[in-house]
Amino acid sequence: MNRGWLTVLIAVSVTGCGGRASTGADSAPARSELKVSAAASLTDAFTAYGEQFDPAEAAFSFGASDELAAQIRAGALPDVYAAANTTLPDELAEEGLLGEPTVFATNALVIAVPEGSELESVEDLEQPGLAIVIGSETVPVGVYTRLALERLPDEGETILANVRSEEPDVKGVLGKLTQGAADAGFVYDSDVIATRGQLRAIELPSKLQPDVAYGIAVVEGTEFPEQGQEFIDGLLEGPGAEALAEAGFGPPPSE
Amino acid sequence: MRLKRLFPAALVAALTVLLVFLTLPIAAIFLDVGPAQLIDALGAPGAVDALRLSLLTTSIALVVIVIVGTPAAYLLATRRFRGRSLAITLIELPLVLPPAVAGIGLLAAIGTGGILGPAIASTGIELVFETAGVVIALTFVASPFYVRQALAAFEAVDSALLDASRTLGAGEARTFARIAIPNATAGLASGFALAWGRALGEFGATLVFAGSFRGITQTTPLAIVALVGSDFPGALALSAVLVLVSLALLISVKLISGSLLGPARIPTW
Repeated sequence: MNRGWLTVLIAVSVTGCGGRASTGADSAPARSELKVSAAASLTDAFTAYGEQFDPAEAAFSFGASDELAAQIRAGALPDVYAAANTTLPDELAEEGLLGEPTVFATNALVIAVPEGSELESVEDLEQPGLAIVIGSETVPVGVYTRLALERLPDEGETILANVRSEEPDVKGVLGKLTQGAADAGFVYDSDVIATRGQLRAIELPSKLQPDVAYGIAVVEGTEFPEQGQEFIDGLLEGPGAEALAEAGFGPPPSE
Repeated sequence: MRLKRLFPAALVAALTVLLVFLTLPIAAIFLDVGPAQLIDALGAPGAVDALRLSLLTTSIALVVIVIVGTPAAYLLATRRFRGRSLAITLIELPLVLPPAVAGIGLLAAIGTGGILGPAIASTGIELVFETAGVVIALTFVASPFYVRQALAAFEAVDSALLDASRTLGAGEARTFARIAIPNATAGLASGFALAWGRALGEFGATLVFAGSFRGITQTTPLAIVALVGSDFPGALALSAVLVLVSLALLISVKLISGSLLGPARIPTW
């Protein structure tokens, strides 16, 4: 029960105002602060990586990828932007707001159910009366969910009819599941791992599985382009890559 | 001598800073949105549904708040009893609570897996993911705004009036209905408007407790946030509509209570 509370609390603080975590090493007061706007699903991996990131003090703002992108478009100036897809970083780069984006991780879309649930497959979600929670159509996890469901014979209509809430980010979906309000939800594999046994993942058949890839780039006009690039490099090889693997993310697709 | 002139200037400066700070973001919404866009915004997916749902849920919440809050405030204002200050503090608590925390509390109390969840489920009532849940969330966060103002309004009614009414044999209920309420109207109305405005703007408790689904639980603030990522101008325009609706509510309540001009009986605006 306590973990459930914590997850909901975290979910809420992230949805509300963007969680802000900074590293504990404060021995060098002159260290510059590297502001990283990142997708909510990266919360655990990036927080762990931030503690080991030496070149700067990493300060994170986790939230829905689309809202973080909207902030940048409206003139907010983080140093690095990481999204749960590649389209948002590509769009921002084309608009001249980001440098060249890099794909740094992959993930899998899964069905998450509370531990002890009897649901076993996508087809099970078609039972009438189930409460299913998904991401809204503007946030990457919601887009991936709709992509997957559209590949079902009935284009997902039966399952979509069971959707009871469209959450602004993936942590919102998790909160509804850990609290026991919903029977199933579509989230990333790494999110289920982060609940440490409270939720169980049901893999999607490969014909439904969308390609979930994460893009990252240094924001144009940042004071710290070098530290930003070092942060990105560490995700491809080194402590960042390890933190991602530990949190359940896959490596970027090889060229 | 100098202080004498400086002090009024400081007061004016403070008021100016406050007004600019509070009105600038609202003015910016309208500067960014033309009237044509405002009308277009109503065509955005879910916009009309969200506005309709907001009006429906806030209206029901306000009816509940007034029916329960008015007598409760009257009791607190006219009687001195043990635990009275505690009761007032508890009623004011939601004012300082982050709305998301209110949502979590509601989930833990009356959500599907909450303390009273099974009892509520056995009656066949569903709250989470339902419009009824939105009403509950709105009532929770908005009621203190009304009850506080109502309490102050009843306290300001001259107790000699109430005593006279009772002495003349009017009885408690009649005194409440015929003397207390008419004399507290301005304060009650201002509490009503504040609570309504708060309910219209509610976001966190609704999202956490009831969820977000078009036409069922997605009120206007939730629809605005859903639009921010994909359609910023649309979000701005819908925000402008919400500001106009809230403003219209505030002004009409002020007009009805007759306190738009002249000194208010209860200085709480």
